[in-house]
Amino acid sequence: MRFMLMVRANSESESGVLPSAELIAEMGTYAEEMMKAGVLLAAEGLQASSKGARVKFSGGKRTVTDGPFAEAKELIAGYWLIQVKSKEEAIEWARRSPAPFGPDTEGEIEVRQVFEVTDFPPEIFPPEDAAREQELRDELQARAGNP
Amino acid sequence: MTSSDAHRVIDAVWRIESAKVIARAARIVGDVGVAEELAQDALVAALEQWPESGVPDNPGAWLTATAKHRAIDRLRRNKLFERKQEQLGQELRAQEHAAVPDLDAVIDDDVGDDLLRLMFVSCHPVLSPEARLALTLRLLGGLTTEEIARAFLVPEPTVAQRIVRAKRTLAEARVPFEVPSAADRADRLSSVLDVLYLIFNEGYSPTAGEDWVRPVLCEEALRLGRILAELAPKDPEVHGLVALMEIHASRLRARVGPSGEPILLLEQNRARWDHVLIRRGLAALERAEALGKAHGPYGLQAAIAACHARATSAQATDWARMAALYDALAELAPSPVVELNRAVALSMAFGPAAGLEVVDQLVSEPTLKSYHLLPSVRGDLLAKLGRREEARAEFERAASLTRNRRERTLLLERAAACRATSSEPTGTRG
Repeated sequence: MRFMLMVRANSESESGVLPSAELIAEMGTYAEEMMKAGVLLAAEGLQASSKGARVKFSGGKRTVTDGPFAEAKELIAGYWLIQVKSKEEAIEWARRSPAPFGPDTEGEIEVRQVFEVTDFPPEIFPPEDAAREQELRDELQARAGNP
Repeated sequence: MTSSDAHRVIDAVWRIESAKVIARAARIVGDVGVAEELAQDALVAALEQWPESGVPDNPGAWLTATAKHRAIDRLRRNKLFERKQEQLGQELRAQEHAAVPDLDAVIDDDVGDDLLRLMFVSCHPVLSPEARLALTLRLLGGLTTEEIARAFLVPEPTVAQRIVRAKRTLAEARVPFEVPSAADRADRLSSVLDVLYLIFNEGYSPTAGEDWVRPVLCEEALRLGRILAELAPKDPEVHGLVALMEIHASRLRARVGPSGEPILLLEQNRARWDHVLIRRGLAALERAEALGKAHGPYGLQAAIAACHARATSAQATDWARMAALYDALAELAPSPVVELNRAVALSMAFGPAAGLEVVDQLVSEPTLKSYHLLPSVRGDLLAKLGRREEARAEFERAASLTRNRRERTLLLERAAACRATSSEPTGTRG
C-alpha cells in the first residue's frame, strides 16, 4: 500500500524563505534512508502559495483565485510518496523525519493512504474501460486485417 | 502507550529493520541461521521492554545493538568452551584478541555492506532455486513462513523445511558471509538478480492458482531490487532489472478487469498504467545506460518494456525497435521463449506472416512442448491471418496447457470467438 506523507506549511514556508542548508542536508539524508530501504517512490517540495492559484467549482462555474492563501496550516509544503506494508510502517517513517522546519519550529506531517484500484467497487470502472478496450480491439483487428 | 500500540509499532520497526539486524549479526557470527535467531532474540527483548519503557528514539539502533551484544556473548561463550576443551594456547588467544576489537568496530561501518553480503549468501548457488527464494523473502524481505507459503501456494511446513535446510546447507558448506571476489562477482550477482526476478514473476504471472496476479510478491521483489540498486549502484544489470520490474509493475492495475479477468498488454487502458512507476523505470534504465556498458539481458528486457511504456497507444508502439531489441536479446541470451517474443514483435512490425514464420520453427521445440504461450501466440497470428479453424485449435490447446484458471478462461473465450467469427466475418473480437 502507498501513503503520502505531507508536510503542512507554516508562515515561514509561506513567506518564501528557503530552508537552511542544515535542514536541506538533513532532509536529504532522510530521503536517502527511505531510498535505501526501497520505500520511497517520489518526493517534492512545494513553493509558497503566493506562486499558486485555486480553481473553485461552484454552481457549474469555475473561478480562479491567485495565491497567497491564508491559513498556512491548511496548506501543503511538500510530500513524500512511499510504498509500505502497513499504516504503522508509514507512521514509523513519518516519525523518522527531521522536524520539517527545524527543531525549534512547530511542524506537522500528515500521513494519508493512497487509493488503490482494489479500493473501488468493480462497478465504478467497467463502462468507460469496456468501451476503450473494445475500441482497442477494433483497432487491433483493423491492423491485423490490414497490416 | 498501550501494549497493543507498542506491538504495532514494533511490527513496523521490525519490517524496516529486520534485514539490517540479521545482516549485522551474521557479520559477527558468520552464520545466517544463528544470526536470524539472534535477531529474533532482540525482537523478543523489544516486545518485553518497549511496552514498559516506550519505543526508543532510534529503534533500529536499539535492535541492532541488542542483537550485536548477544552475538558477541555467544561468540565469547563458544570461545570459552573451545578454550576449556582445547587448553587454549597462545595462538588461539591471539586470534581472540584480534577478533573482539574488530567486532566492536562492526556497528560503526556501513550496514549496507552487510546487507549486500546477506543478499549474496541468501542467493548462493549452493542452494536450490526454491531455497534461495524462500530464504531471501525470509531474511531480507522479513516475510513470515506463513506469508511465504501463502504467496507460493505451498504448505507452511514445506516452506519452514526449505528455510531450515537452506540454513543448514549454508552452514555445512561453510559459505563465508562475504561479497564474492571480483572473479565470481558477475555470476553471483546474476544469481541474486535471477532470484529477485523469479519472486517478481511469481507475483506477476503466478504459475499456479486462481489469481492472475499476486501484487505482494511484485512489491517485495521491487523493494529488494531498489535496495540492491542502492547497494550496488555501479552494476548496470541491477538497474536494468529494477527498470524491468518497475515498468512491468506499472501495468499491474491495468492487467486485471473489473471481475478479475486478465487484460493483455495491447488491450490495456494505458491511462491506468502507473506513471509514477513508469517514470521510475525509465529513470532506472537511464542509470543503466549511463554506466556505459552494453545492456545485459535484464537491461535489454527493460529497454523492450520501455518501448511499450513510452507509447501512448498500442498503435504508437515502435515495433521495429522492439524487434531489433529482441534480435539483440536472442543473440545475448538465446532461448525458445525469447524467440517466441521476437516472433510477436516481428509480427507487429512486419505483419503476422513474418511472426508466424518464426513461430512455426518453434513448434517442434521440446522445451516449449507444454508451454501454453506457444499455441496462444500461434493462435493469435493464425487468427490475424484469417486461418480461424487452425487458430481455434491452437487456443484450445493453449487453454489445456495453462495452469492458471483465469488465463484458461480467456483462451477458451478466444477459441469460441474464432468459431463465432468464422461464420460471421465482420466480428470485432480478435
